[in-house]
Amino acid sequence: MADATARSPNEADSAPYYVELRRLNFFYGEKQAIYDVSLGVPKNRVLALIGPSGCGKSTLIKAVNRISELTPGTRTEGDILVGGESILAANVNTIELRQRVGMVFQKPNPFPKSIYENVAYGLRIHGVRDKATLDGVVEWALRHSALWDEVKDRLKASALDLSGGQQQRLCIARALAVQPDVLLMDEPCSALDPIATGKIEDLIQTLREDYTILIVTHNMQQAARVSDHTALMWMGKLIEHNRTEEVFTNPREKITEDYITGRSG
Amino acid sequence: MSAAPHQFLGRAREAVKSRSRAPLWALLFESIVRGITGVVLVALLYIVMTIVWHGAPRLDWEFISQAPRNAMMEGGVFPAIFGTVFVVLFMIVMALPLGVFGAVYMVEYAKGGTFSRITRAAVNNLAGVPSIVFGLFGLGFFILFIGKNLDHYAFDIPRNEAEAKVWEQRVAPQVKAARDEAVRLADEKSLHGGDRGAFIRDYVSGHAPVMHKKVFGQGAMFWAAATLAILVLPVIIVSTEEALRSVPRSMREAAYGLGATKWQVVSTVVLPQARTGILTGAILAVARGAGELAPILLVGVAFSMPGLPLTEPVNFGFFKMPVVNPFSEFMHLNYHIYTMATQQTNPELSRPIQFATTLVLLMITLAMNLGAILLRRHYSRK
Repeated sequence: MADATARSPNEADSAPYYVELRRLNFFYGEKQAIYDVSLGVPKNRVLALIGPSGCGKSTLIKAVNRISELTPGTRTEGDILVGGESILAANVNTIELRQRVGMVFQKPNPFPKSIYENVAYGLRIHGVRDKATLDGVVEWALRHSALWDEVKDRLKASALDLSGGQQQRLCIARALAVQPDVLLMDEPCSALDPIATGKIEDLIQTLREDYTILIVTHNMQQAARVSDHTALMWMGKLIEHNRTEEVFTNPREKITEDYITGRSG
Repeated sequence: MSAAPHQFLGRAREAVKSRSRAPLWALLFESIVRGITGVVLVALLYIVMTIVWHGAPRLDWEFISQAPRNAMMEGGVFPAIFGTVFVVLFMIVMALPLGVFGAVYMVEYAKGGTFSRITRAAVNNLAGVPSIVFGLFGLGFFILFIGKNLDHYAFDIPRNEAEAKVWEQRVAPQVKAARDEAVRLADEKSLHGGDRGAFIRDYVSGHAPVMHKKVFGQGAMFWAAATLAILVLPVIIVSTEEALRSVPRSMREAAYGLGATKWQVVSTVVLPQARTGILTGAILAVARGAGELAPILLVGVAFSMPGLPLTEPVNFGFFKMPVVNPFSEFMHLNYHIYTMATQQTNPELSRPIQFATTLVLLMITLAMNLGAILLRRHYSRK
């Protein structure tokens, strides 16, 4: 395998990658969904994945915490590194991996439990029973996801009573509670109104200081607003990967230019 | 593309407009559907009304709380109510965990291989087996195989003729010793004639080893419940499977995404969200189990019993708690109805009892269903 990092078009930011995909191929049965994608994101940066529907963005992001392999008949080739270690190796514990690499899904998916129990869930399944620890982490996670002030008086209320935007921030809090260092966000705002979207985008800006973030988005403006780097996917292939400014102001590829200006996709 | 598009649009608009007036066949179809629903309703009402009409006059507190007296023509059906309720309770306690875990395996763990296909075929076939076959299976497997073997290994009860012979040979010296001793004592007391024979008989039966009474190898509530549990297993498995499948994928992904193991996902997310559906299955199973007679006919239902199937009460000092003995025979409402209808010679007296017993059975089934429905509502509100 040739030096995959050197092939990256990301020359403008030379910081070492914290999350790195090396020549990744992904198959649903016989159908190939991702072709030979190599890209990465340095620590505490936000990488936006853009591209038309069905181009493999979500598949790609779900490969990073290996949640994609829950679908029967899938196959991953190539390598993915988080913090310099391969996560596809045979001895990798997916439980531990998914604790390190948190995920926020397209549709807010809080459990039908109380707000408190939603955030505490991750700690509980990892064996934390101490009430003081749980209380502390729940508050910290809710503050960190900018939800604390809105829910602090009704932590015992059902999470399903929250608005869509609040639910999504709750899901972020739930992911933060297990202390990950990478956050995967799969179109986290696609089911939200503009105000809720704005709040999540602000939140991503603050989370960036502590986490390495990969975000899939359909919204070009959102990619431009929240990300440091942007990668454009097209039919399972990586077309362009560069600093967000460069991608949006000075795209190298014709496809990128057409896509970001709305002429295709 | 010969005609302009607006011509097609015009035709389409006209067609849609004309269809919005309900045509005759739609009205006809609607009335047929209504009529059929009505027939079902009338049939149900007729059955219930008949039972209530003939049964209610005979139904009183004595009928519910007392045992039958005077060759079943007086008193009540309490032992049969007791038997019915406990058999169904034991049944659901056995069937629910088995069925739920079976469904969890099929939905969450099975990978669609040969084994899971065979399991699925088995469940489907189980649902189609005639209920008397379950009764024969219960007799053959639970009582004659498991029960007899338990008795053999626990209490040294012979399982067949050959073992009975071996047992007799083994105790023969002790029997002979007891007889010799009896003869010696009889001589000592100088008994003669009939007195002598009676004394020797009594002494031998009191001192020679006796075969242990059967415990497991006979009809019992426990075996009847086990037989019914197998009968209702498909009901529980199928409804649990449906309930598990209806839990959204996003819920599982959320839990996996936080680092939950498969069992944690199943136990903390999937099962709690499926419990309403699982309880629906349990309700159906209880209704089915309470209504069956054929499967229990051969595994312990009794025509009449002197008392309730209880063990010695557990003594708490201030309170003696009665304990149900699952390895006892039992009376059952369904069987009571059957015997009242077929074994009695005085229809004037037995007919009201049949109807009243049927009414009690209906009420019990209703009460159990109601309980399960309340439980379900309680859980689905949470």
